[in-house]
Amino acid sequence: MTSFMKQPLAEASRRVPHWLQSIQARGVSHWGAAALPTRRTENWKYTSLQALRDDYRLADPSAPSPDALPAALREGFGGPRLVFVDGVFQSELSDLSQLDGAEGVSVCRFDEASPEQADRIAEYLDSCFDPSEHQFAALNTATLRDGVFVDLADGARLAAPLHVLWLLRAADGPVAMSQRLLVLAGANSDATLVEQFVAMRGAAASFCSGVTELRLGPGAHLDHYRLHEEEGEAVHIGAVHARLDRDSRLESFHLALGSSLKRIDVNLRHDGPGAHADLNGIYLPRGDEHIDYHTTIDHAVPHCSSDEVFRGIIADRATAVFNGRIHIHPDAQKTRAELSNKNLLTSTEAEVNTKPELEIYADDVSCAHGATVAQLDAEALHYLRTRGVSRDEAEVMLSFGFINELVDGVALEALRTYLKPRVAARFARDETLMRHIL
Amino acid sequence: MLTIENLHARVEGKDILRGLDLEIRAGEVHAIMGPNGSGKSTLGHILAGRPGYEVTDGRIRFGDEDLLAMDTEERARAGLFLAFQYPVEIPGVSNMEFLKAAVDAVREHRGEAALDAVSFMKRAREACKTANLPAEFLKRGVNEGFSGGEKKRNELIQMMLLEPRLCLLDETDSGLDIDALQVVASGVNAMRSPERAFVLVTHYQRLLNFVEPDHVHVLAGGRIVRSGDGDLAHELEDKGYAWLGEAGIDEEPAAEGAVARAAS
Repeated sequence: MTSFMKQPLAEASRRVPHWLQSIQARGVSHWGAAALPTRRTENWKYTSLQALRDDYRLADPSAPSPDALPAALREGFGGPRLVFVDGVFQSELSDLSQLDGAEGVSVCRFDEASPEQADRIAEYLDSCFDPSEHQFAALNTATLRDGVFVDLADGARLAAPLHVLWLLRAADGPVAMSQRLLVLAGANSDATLVEQFVAMRGAAASFCSGVTELRLGPGAHLDHYRLHEEEGEAVHIGAVHARLDRDSRLESFHLALGSSLKRIDVNLRHDGPGAHADLNGIYLPRGDEHIDYHTTIDHAVPHCSSDEVFRGIIADRATAVFNGRIHIHPDAQKTRAELSNKNLLTSTEAEVNTKPELEIYADDVSCAHGATVAQLDAEALHYLRTRGVSRDEAEVMLSFGFINELVDGVALEALRTYLKPRVAARFARDETLMRHIL
Repeated sequence: MLTIENLHARVEGKDILRGLDLEIRAGEVHAIMGPNGSGKSTLGHILAGRPGYEVTDGRIRFGDEDLLAMDTEERARAGLFLAFQYPVEIPGVSNMEFLKAAVDAVREHRGEAALDAVSFMKRAREACKTANLPAEFLKRGVNEGFSGGEKKRNELIQMMLLEPRLCLLDETDSGLDIDALQVVASGVNAMRSPERAFVLVTHYQRLLNFVEPDHVHVLAGGRIVRSGDGDLAHELEDKGYAWLGEAGIDEEPAAEGAVARAAS
């Protein structure tokens, strides 16, 4: 494992702007200071890093672009779109024309940032987390070649959802990719953001280190979606770090279909009174896949609220981890925080480790949490079959029913329409089995 | 249509049915009455193929098929319908999707064309009207948060949409107020036809005031101990079940009634 990410660490500083090199150097020193976690590391107790390879390499930026997007992705979600393949920006596949003339909205890549934008990026990058505590985020910073910067002035509105698509092609062997997104949402600004990760057909192994930082100013509203659809040997170790200022509102939705290893940390922090966060997630590993969500919500100030619901369906020999921590600091009186995690195991070999953690240091708060692990309800299965529904279709209906509420809760209609068949196809071997749930 | 011969069945290691014989012809309405624990609900569950209900002897023919050799869904598609005493709540699966899946499966088996969304909706709304259940219930999860009476009405809606040949109503009348009881009864009466048979499993005479049975059977100790016409039900109403003691009720307490109540 000593040569894990050796080539990317050595090569990432080539061909990047000088200001970004000094940011990279910061990441290199934090990454170098820590050893890789093992199963004895508390935060990694149920997730093995054995799937990591020694031969991930940065993609060649001069490699020809794909001719077109995979069919399922062409339609998009009706807004501006940025597309990266193996971490390399694809201008032909991207379209930001809808942003022309949008007042107070600035969207750029790190690679093309103006001096003013570069100053803003340098000021706020890594500001939502402590790089000495998040070593994979430090690795991301160290190997970062490009990224997306969204800067919303006070009161600015993004009229249509901004879609950032990270494709993994890995056509010539294992690839390493750093994904980075920095959002500075000014006071009372409003935006919808979709981050999507997809491995293309025939992709070799890959390692994606993804980091998204969201800073919500006073009264800002952000509707955020992060969709992990990488399959096969696509490893993703990533995180979303968000800071919520006074009266801001974050709705954050997460989806992970499986691949050999996915570990996503979501860390939200309420920094100003009156802030609210909705955090919802679905994970659906099958085969030998492994998905690990670690979430933390820090209530640092009074009068904030958070609602968190994660549901997982674990099939075959797959494994999942959910660790949901809610930390209510001594000053955070009048906090309301709820956390629910439910898991469905559809095979006797499937496994989940779930742990809700409440740490409450204030006395006037309202908190609830719960976690369940269950199998398909035999009574419900029988009931459906007594009405003529086949066992296979009944199982699909019950599985989909387990997470349907969260999919239906997706506010962005185009995304809901995209997600339903994708999610249903995880349970149904053929299309006739999902015809009644779509 | 349905012939049950010498049926013996066991639940959780206890023998519940002990040599039950029953013959049901098309167009007939049968009532099966009996004290708690006599095996009434077990009969319905055996017919529907519920897991955990084991047939140890006997045979059941449905039309010209061996019912016990068929899977639960095959029985339903062949025209057998069991209205549950305790319908199951299934959050996350919409009532509408469930009904459409059921109707499609049954129609496909009969070689009928699938209903398009519009004509299915029309039928579903009509069924709701007959069952006196607001059409909004179609959008809710299957039986999710329904009251006891609403669940029974939802069973009636399913029965009307699936158009089965044989309908077995397992204590559908229990827990219903008189209005709901009349709704269920008029639904059953509207569906009576020369091609269709009904089995009403009930503890009380009440339902039989509205749906007149052709045959009444008393089930006790896992066997039919007495059969007669509609007058037998009145006799039972007046005298209770104790007078049948000599006719073969054995007083051994059976577990089934207790299990069913605990499940409620």
